[in-house]
Amino acid sequence: MAKVHEPHVAHAPQSFIRRYIFSTDHKVIGIQYYVTAMLTGVVAGILAMLVRLNLAWPAHEWPLLGKLFPVGMEFGVMKPEFYISLFTMHGTLMVFFVLSLAPVSGFGNFLIPLQIGARDMAYPFLNALSYWTVLPGVIIMLSSFFAEGGAAAAGWTSYAPLSAVQEAIPGSGMGQTLWIIGMVFFIASFTMGGLNFVTTIINLRTKGMSMRRLPLTVWALFLVAILGLLAFPALTAAAVMLLFDRHFGTSFFLPAGMYVGDKLLAHQGGTPLLWQHLFWFLGHPEVYILMLPAMGFTSDIIATFSRRPIFSYPVMVLSMVAIGGLSFVVWGHHMFLSGMSPYLGMAFTVTTLVIAIPSAVKTFNWLATLWRAKIEFTAPMLFALGIVSLFVTGGLSGIFLGSAAADIPLHDTYFVVAHFHFIMAGASLFGVFAATYYWFPKMFGRMMNSKLGKLHFWLTFVAYYSTFFPMHYLGIGGMMRRIYDPTVYQYLAPMQPVNVFITLSAFVLGAAQLLFLFNFFWSVYKGKKAEQNPWNANTLEWTAASPPPHGNWEGPLPTVHRWPYDYSVPDVSDDYIPQSVSPAEVQARKKG
Amino acid sequence: MEEKATVKSGRSGEGLFLALLIWLMVIVTTALFFKRAWWLPTLASDRGGIDGLFFAILIVTGIAFVVVQAMLGYFLWRFSDRSVARAAYWHESRPLEITWTLGTTVILSILILVGLRLWTRVFSAPPDDALPVEVTGQQFEWTSRYPGKDGAFGRTDPKLFSPDNRLGLDEQDPASKDDIVLVNQLYLPVDRPARVRLRSKDMLHSFFLPNFRVKQDTVPGMTVENWFVPTKEGDYEIACAELCGLGHYKMRGLLHVLSQEGFEKWLAEQGP
Repeated sequence: MAKVHEPHVAHAPQSFIRRYIFSTDHKVIGIQYYVTAMLTGVVAGILAMLVRLNLAWPAHEWPLLGKLFPVGMEFGVMKPEFYISLFTMHGTLMVFFVLSLAPVSGFGNFLIPLQIGARDMAYPFLNALSYWTVLPGVIIMLSSFFAEGGAAAAGWTSYAPLSAVQEAIPGSGMGQTLWIIGMVFFIASFTMGGLNFVTTIINLRTKGMSMRRLPLTVWALFLVAILGLLAFPALTAAAVMLLFDRHFGTSFFLPAGMYVGDKLLAHQGGTPLLWQHLFWFLGHPEVYILMLPAMGFTSDIIATFSRRPIFSYPVMVLSMVAIGGLSFVVWGHHMFLSGMSPYLGMAFTVTTLVIAIPSAVKTFNWLATLWRAKIEFTAPMLFALGIVSLFVTGGLSGIFLGSAAADIPLHDTYFVVAHFHFIMAGASLFGVFAATYYWFPKMFGRMMNSKLGKLHFWLTFVAYYSTFFPMHYLGIGGMMRRIYDPTVYQYLAPMQPVNVFITLSAFVLGAAQLLFLFNFFWSVYKGKKAEQNPWNANTLEWTAASPPPHGNWEGPLPTVHRWPYDYSVPDVSDDYIPQSVSPAEVQARKKG
Repeated sequence: MEEKATVKSGRSGEGLFLALLIWLMVIVTTALFFKRAWWLPTLASDRGGIDGLFFAILIVTGIAFVVVQAMLGYFLWRFSDRSVARAAYWHESRPLEITWTLGTTVILSILILVGLRLWTRVFSAPPDDALPVEVTGQQFEWTSRYPGKDGAFGRTDPKLFSPDNRLGLDEQDPASKDDIVLVNQLYLPVDRPARVRLRSKDMLHSFFLPNFRVKQDTVPGMTVENWFVPTKEGDYEIACAELCGLGHYKMRGLLHVLSQEGFEKWLAEQGP
């Protein structure tokens, strides 16, 4: 393959449009994905702020917001249907269009060729096509707020019948249709990306880069691509069936005898449980699609800044494989109380708690990597360590929810919201931040401001815990998810001060992200020039220029002689040995 | 690493700061659990086993939480010394890996077994003397129905649904004559098992009794049964725990648990 690419290496496209807009260069595409995800993340974050605003002060009048949202907040009071659209779209955008796009499509595209020693992805045109397919998806999703009835309002899980019956809720009209179409674009794009990832990693590794020498980041992205390819077709099928139920009178998800808006529906023969099975068959692997890249980034970043080899590399790979495999057989834990047979609940309890074993092993390996380290607290390292802490917290709360009986009081409460904001959302968001601070020099040839980066971490870490940890208490107290006004219930009213506290913390968390945005865009233009290998790291991308030219390496592709974790090898003059350094060169570097 | 022991200074303040933050977080969150500032709603059913399981998992995960987070903090402080000549080149330990893998497996296996035993009990067949009740969810109300003196629920038919006949009761069926239908109110006798048939007319709802550790989705087209024993007299809230539309948040009902005699008296006052 490398041979085929050689001719186009020499001539990078010259016109601005071919070079930066309709580019087929994996680095440009990666950055396009990343910036798209970041801007979508700003919107999704603002939606969360509005959700929190209403939860602290339900149905309060905010005249200024009334001017901003004349439909959803007429006279400044948030309507319940607008509230539901807000959290539906917050979840949808964050899960798919931010925390899948940024780490997988963004960093995946940018890093895979650079870390395996390839000039580009296996299918550069397909790669560009995948970006230009997801962009309309993003635009359709965002524009659905302006559709009649507002954006989709059945939760990010789009459970039927709420999502299938147009009269069920205002957002189930045009908004839900646009949601389905947006998702189809996303899935198409993600499938193209996944094929490209798998092919590239299998075929385009440079000389010496055996699978056993792949950085854990690449392993994670490889597994994520496979998960996506296997899991998303279930959602594609479900989305098409939903579209048919909504518009063409089929009844995949709708049983006989449904009475909506004083009218008996003509549907018969379907069941809402089918949607849940299909959705979660994708949905659960999807949460690992968010988390595995973060696990890969953390492993590599912790190794670099501990100046230590990652502890037990083979087990780290195996545990990711185990997590990926098991993620296909745990979906039913979202359905313990759905009316599904209790026997199935038992099976899913077992598989769910089993998946905790490889997860725990990973945590112990990270801790062991820190043991007798020489830690350097850079901004990326702080975020990587933050992931470990969040992962522990979120992993442990999962044990309550994974055990079917203990799930009964906690299911669909804020305990669940707390849980997934730590493990899925938190770990992957911190992963994106860690990766950004770490690879920014390679992406843009400049350093991000380190002081601002650390301040961003301190504020984010503290605000993250104070926003999401108290939600456990709310959940234990029985506060349901997705309710517009908790004070309707007498037993929830005494906990309202907790909601106010969470909202205030969330505002701090949101505001802290402005530091990041400022740092990012300021550094793109004004940051200190980056060296080729500013962190003294071992992986191959650091042997390319910062930023790497079209084709990644000026001369021949680097050859790999070792695994990526040769940090602090005894008796060698430097405390790191890049993967491209040959044994002969190491001999020369021996002390004395 | 013999070199390490010789140097004392040079610890990064950032390592200590992060360690302190993590420790502080552990102390505050654990203290709030101990204080039980916010806790499970007062128990009023025979499902105390769930509270027990919750508590057992809380102890196990709580210990893991405190130990692992504290260790993370400790490592960050202890190994933040930049004047150390070199980190250790050490990346394998079979005994360590076997220990923590097996340890985790054993603990989780116990939790699985305990949890499954309880789960099978919760979903076991109801006792013969259980009081049959039906609760039907609809946007955004709970309709409850008692079979009346004949002990049999009358036939219902969705074709008969109307604002006046919310359950679609078939007047032709003799069994339907004495059925008692209430909106957002449910009455149960104390200390007698209640066997609740759950149905839905339109969307998914979830019949949630916070004080009874009962939660079960109601699904259109399906009938799901749950049984439990109310153990404390009083008035309790019924909530909807599954998003069902714009009025989801106010789909609130009341469950009145009466003494056995009180319940009989109430029942006698109902219906024809």
